[in-house]
Amino acid sequence: MNLLDFARGAVMKWSIAIFLFGMLWRLFGMLLLRRTHDYSEPRVHAAGLGALRSIIRRSWPRREFQARTAYGVTVSYVFHIGLAIIVFGFVPHILFIRNLVGVGWSGLPGGIIYFCAVITLVALVMAIVRRLTHPVLKLLSNFDDYFSWFVTAAPVVTGLLAAGHYGGRYEDLLAVHILSFELLLIWFPFGKLMHSVLLFLARGQTGAVYGRRGAST
Amino acid sequence: MSSDINTIHPLETEGARLSIKKPALRYDRQGDMSDGQRVEAAMRTFVREFGATSAIYLESCIHCGMCAEACHYYVQTNDPRYTPVRKLEPFKQAYKREAGPFAFFYRLFNLKPRVTADELQKWQELIYDSCTMCGRCTLICPMGIDIARLVGQARHGMFQAGLVPHELWAVAERAEREGSPLGATPKVFKDRIDWLSDENAVEIPVDRDVADILVTMSSIEIMKYPQAIVATARVLNALGEKWTIRLDGYEATNFGMLSGNSQWQKDLSMKMINAAVRCKAKLLILPECGHAYGAMRWDGANVYGKPLPFEVLHISEFLARNLGNGRLKVRNVPKSVTFHDPCQIARRGGATQAPRQVLGKLGVDLHEMTPSGDGNWCCGGGGGVVTIHRADELRYKVFQIKMKQVDDSGAEMLVMSCSNCRQTFDDGQAHFKWDKTAHSLLELVADNLVQ
Repeated sequence: MNLLDFARGAVMKWSIAIFLFGMLWRLFGMLLLRRTHDYSEPRVHAAGLGALRSIIRRSWPRREFQARTAYGVTVSYVFHIGLAIIVFGFVPHILFIRNLVGVGWSGLPGGIIYFCAVITLVALVMAIVRRLTHPVLKLLSNFDDYFSWFVTAAPVVTGLLAAGHYGGRYEDLLAVHILSFELLLIWFPFGKLMHSVLLFLARGQTGAVYGRRGAST
Repeated sequence: MSSDINTIHPLETEGARLSIKKPALRYDRQGDMSDGQRVEAAMRTFVREFGATSAIYLESCIHCGMCAEACHYYVQTNDPRYTPVRKLEPFKQAYKREAGPFAFFYRLFNLKPRVTADELQKWQELIYDSCTMCGRCTLICPMGIDIARLVGQARHGMFQAGLVPHELWAVAERAEREGSPLGATPKVFKDRIDWLSDENAVEIPVDRDVADILVTMSSIEIMKYPQAIVATARVLNALGEKWTIRLDGYEATNFGMLSGNSQWQKDLSMKMINAAVRCKAKLLILPECGHAYGAMRWDGANVYGKPLPFEVLHISEFLARNLGNGRLKVRNVPKSVTFHDPCQIARRGGATQAPRQVLGKLGVDLHEMTPSGDGNWCCGGGGGVVTIHRADELRYKVFQIKMKQVDDSGAEMLVMSCSNCRQTFDDGQAHFKWDKTAHSLLELVADNLVQ
């Protein structure tokens, strides 16, 4: 069995299994903790609407906060959108998703994807440089922050190398790319990458609480 | 808990703000516990209170640091220690180790070491002195984490560990024992009411058996701004309401909540709830006090364990309602006014528009601060911080944001609807020899009533 078969076979199965099991474990570990009932009389009977509003609105800072957060927000948006285009727009990725879940769509031209990958990488580098230099981020950051950055950046780098055939045999580069993605899958449930799921829960519950109070969500 | 606190720590009621007299020695530890027992008590309390809501919040932080940009302590000092979510670090550590989904692994491999008493002691400044629980951080968080709520929970742990800033602990203990944190005992309050009633020729009903409205007051008003009692009476008498003050439930401030003692919070709230139930009140009016609003309007029913059998309104909401329906009439006030939004009433309470409706009826030229409403900057005195002497220097630093906001508004008059904010402004005014004086919205209405 060569490296590519290994990456596509056993490692892929195990990483998906760990990803799914880890996600469920972490989510249920939180959600099964007790919840207290709120007996206060709501000002607005629209907790659900508040939750929904918060989920949407928190995607962008309120006007009074925009000036002080512009850099971080812009860099984050660039690499998040870039990653989305790469994952869901690159034809081989779409084929992989189709094989996995049976749903596919048409992709974007390779040139656009490579351009997006480079921009994404630049934004990721800007994000990590900021994390390493900004006094607040330096103080807050822990292993999870740096490792999550690494497992996010690694598939972009290995993907670009594989697409450009730089640094080795294509099959080996592809295998390394797949393995780097599998590392991301395995780490996903245990670190901050879970924010892609948790943001709906956290924003939603704050939106529900303050929505029923008639306050800003 | 000691009961000789009156002699050991007498009240300071003559200054611009109310507190206890500055102690010669700092006692930032309460009770006789070993370091290990303190840590154990803090963590046990924190973990015991842990529910799904808090767990989701603590799991969700992406360490983006945006909360720092909303926090007046960070913005004014550039000190990263004041980053709001970092204030929760020992408690986040405890959660991951004791209650989180992967707690087993964290313990097995010691991935999160046990919190030490020394760490908790150091964190006292971050949990109390440099957090007013104003909730601006909650508003900016891209994940929607209610950091202010978590700080409130962390305070519960700190209280059980006996690690509360001394002044805040002392006023909370006094509130639990005497019924008021600042010496406004039922006897003192009754004397004040009799005096105010005579002096101002206004009827102030006390201890009616049956009334439609139960009026509650803040001890800051009773001791420092007693005209608020007169103003409330004038408004309610003008409306012809059947109302009362009751000496078995009048104190709306809740230092149990601010210091982090859930039982004391409950005791203080239950006094008002029981008084309202006894006199069959349909409405409980809360005074111009920010955290009193949160404690009763949003936490009261939860303390009671079922929906409250009466409505709860902040006095500004009551005024807005009765000015809006035409039952209350006021003269025009030909002045430009800027309004300071108390965090617990506006941003965290949702009653942001009520004072604006009142000011609209008064016909003032409203100059909004930038930002205002739910995004407004905190005065720096909330969350019990104004009582903590060692936090003064930091508090004055953050107060300068407010001074600039008020000055930039260009308004002639500064109005607010929270007596704790008001005493913070008075103290700041005295400290900086500032030319702006804080006024009460309620008193502005009462002074301009059309009978």
